[in-house]
Amino acid sequence: ERGHGPYQPHEPGYGLYQPGYSPYDDQIPDPDSRMLAIQNAKAYLLKSSTTSGLNLYDHLANMLTKILDEQPTNAVDIIENVSKDVKWAQFQKKMDTLRDEYETLPTFEAAEKRKALFLRANGEGDEELEEDIGETPLPNVMETAFYFEQAGIGLSKDESYHIFLALKKLISVQPIQTCRFWGKILGLEMNYIIAEVQYHEGEEEEETEEEEVTEQGGKGVGEVEDEEEEKEKEDEPPKSTYKPPPVIPKEENGTGANKYVYFVCNEPGKPWVKLPPVTPAQIVCARKIKKFFTGRLDAPVVSFPPFPGNEANYLRAQIARISAGTQISPIGFYQFAEEEGDEEEEVEGGRDTYEENPDFQPLSVAEMVDSPSTWVHHVQSILKQGRCVWLNPFQKSEEEEENEEEEKAEDPDELQQELQQEIGPPLLTPLSEDEGMQNIPAWTAQLSTNLIPQYAVAVLQSNRWPGAFAFASGRKFDNIYFGWGHKYSPENHAPALPPPVQAEYPSGPEITETRDPTLEEELALKAAREEALAAAEEEEEEDDEGVEDDEEEEDD
Amino acid sequence: MEASSLPAALELAAGGGAGLSPEKRAVLGSSLLLLQRDYRFERVWFWGCIQGVRGAYYIAEGLGPDRAAPRSRLYSLNCVEWSLLPPVTEEMVTQAEHLKGRFQGDPSFEYEYTEINAEDAERLLEDGKEPVIKEEARLVATIEQIDRAVGIVPRGAFVKTPLGSVHENRNFEGLSLTEAKKLSSYFHFTEPVNLKNKTLLEKADLDPSTDFLDSLEHDIPQGSWTVQLEKGGTVVVLRSLLWLGLTFYHVPMTKQYGYIYFGTGEKNLDLPFML
Repeated sequence: ERGHGPYQPHEPGYGLYQPGYSPYDDQIPDPDSRMLAIQNAKAYLLKSSTTSGLNLYDHLANMLTKILDEQPTNAVDIIENVSKDVKWAQFQKKMDTLRDEYETLPTFEAAEKRKALFLRANGEGDEELEEDIGETPLPNVMETAFYFEQAGIGLSKDESYHIFLALKKLISVQPIQTCRFWGKILGLEMNYIIAEVQYHEGEEEEETEEEEVTEQGGKGVGEVEDEEEEKEKEDEPPKSTYKPPPVIPKEENGTGANKYVYFVCNEPGKPWVKLPPVTPAQIVCARKIKKFFTGRLDAPVVSFPPFPGNEANYLRAQIARISAGTQISPIGFYQFAEEEGDEEEEVEGGRDTYEENPDFQPLSVAEMVDSPSTWVHHVQSILKQGRCVWLNPFQKSEEEEENEEEEKAEDPDELQQELQQEIGPPLLTPLSEDEGMQNIPAWTAQLSTNLIPQYAVAVLQSNRWPGAFAFASGRKFDNIYFGWGHKYSPENHAPALPPPVQAEYPSGPEITETRDPTLEEELALKAAREEALAAAEEEEEEDDEGVEDDEEEEDD
Repeated sequence: MEASSLPAALELAAGGGAGLSPEKRAVLGSSLLLLQRDYRFERVWFWGCIQGVRGAYYIAEGLGPDRAAPRSRLYSLNCVEWSLLPPVTEEMVTQAEHLKGRFQGDPSFEYEYTEINAEDAERLLEDGKEPVIKEEARLVATIEQIDRAVGIVPRGAFVKTPLGSVHENRNFEGLSLTEAKKLSSYFHFTEPVNLKNKTLLEKADLDPSTDFLDSLEHDIPQGSWTVQLEKGGTVVVLRSLLWLGLTFYHVPMTKQYGYIYFGTGEKNLDLPFML
């Protein structure tokens, strides 16, 4: 017999008690009604949402499946995120293929280029192997990278190896005698990887193409100007008396600032581009401006004073300045070649050639670090003029040269003044001659490790060009640059001010304005004249004062 | 960057040529763990290295349960022994802004404050303090300035709980490649300044759990960040031009990210001329 249990809908007691509080709740309800309740609940859960078309039942099932599959820790804390992920997954499949293909294209192309570095060119058999083993201009980039890494400087090993292979590719294409990884300069959009190269003697490519282009450009501009002048022949404005200062010619390829040729590329795998030789005007201007590199060689350099060239020229000028200031070697590694007849004539130009010293005795690493006089610069410093070897642009004969003053040149106002010759520090000067800035020395020397001094490497960092490093260990040494390509200055950069406004014409008394006399002054003058006339009439009787009258009349 | 992922991270952030020697890398692996034990940090970040004239400072930061709380900063001259830096005050920051020039490399070096501002120095003398700044104070002020100005994290990497504390987002799977190239996907990991200036329409699109920080879009001057793809397009590297030497890396679609500073600790005030 069934007891009074929870009331069914048709019974009068139904609805009297709250669910859970009715006195018969401890009794097991009718299984049928429970099944009904379950079915009702499930039907509710299966109702599809009007906005998204999902239903809660499936969603909960998917969520629980995902959680049970992945079994994350603290699942209860991330349950909302799991729910979001499941919903998101609904849509992913439809758009998946499109998005993937579009997004990963650039990386695939880049990977192809990098892979191409690792492939050996077809058609080269055993001959190439023999060539590789022999003397090769290819520097051992990985070995240098190892030494620099001891000091904490350098790129990742992957990148170093890619650069290694890229240099190998460069050498196989160009007729190169010596090659060195110069360093990396960072830019806004892309970076530059720079290789310093010397061609075989006599195999330099003629660069007249570039010069012809600039000349044609100049001629084009000149033609336009001529046309304008013809139109104005009737009313010609006064010709300008401005004579621009003479252009200082650039140094020959292979000497001075253009001793080395530089190739750059943005990333290993991209083709190498040769940088044009640097002109003194570019170096002088580069000293006055401070701009970031964008990474595109053809980008214009917008600055004041206006830089004569585009980013490729600016880059080349900075490379020249950095090389001149920070390329150093242990003392004794390079020596001057013995020349016959070291007479005074050659001292003016300074010695610009050196050769390796076969009797080089390396100093201990501790000595290299202690004193800066154990290192020397092996690149000529650049004078204020912008060249390494001073050149007088007015081509006076040698007998008329003045006495030297170090690096002070007075700008000529007129053509007839003579320029003072500039001399800089000679080649192979030790670092102790480098001036520091304020109280900071020019170089900071450290050992790579204090724990194992037997195998430590001496490392120098430049404080004037932050990013320039040099190491020495036994007979091995090298220089490298990683940075943005700018000099360190303790003061803020003060750009050059525009020059003062030029005077239109020389001022003289004939065109100087004077004040017109006022009415009182004119009346006073008139009164004075009348007085003088009256005085003259009184004195007409005396002939001696005739001369005075004349004088008085003239003074009026 | 996270101490635990230091070796891989250094490889990814080495595009600028600065890194650590193998000796330092080896010792950091253990000394940072010991720091975590001694100071009971939850996370230890290797912040980077400031080059002084005579030596270098290696800096580590320790974080507690709330990642946005002020961090403890430690410095070391050899990566083996670490010393805690004093907590930074606004006064320290303003004083340090007057100082120019490189760090010396000696933590007890005292800068002559009298040269800079005679009036302030006299005022300090009256208070009984000496007008000198120690290099330690300058160091911690510089680190605070750098963190405030250019310490960045990707969007979605951190979440703010309703209680206000900030945690790492365990569901962060990395930014996609297109998102990673945009400056708006990165946030300054510091107290937001511009957030309340946004219009209501913009704020409606934001998700308060992940968008509670300033993004890099409105940094002044514009263009003070360079975004590059390195290693064949697999790593996104952001470099700050305001504090030269700060490098942030992120591998898209993975959880790897971090920033590190290798530099001289000087602000690049010439930035507007250089862009």
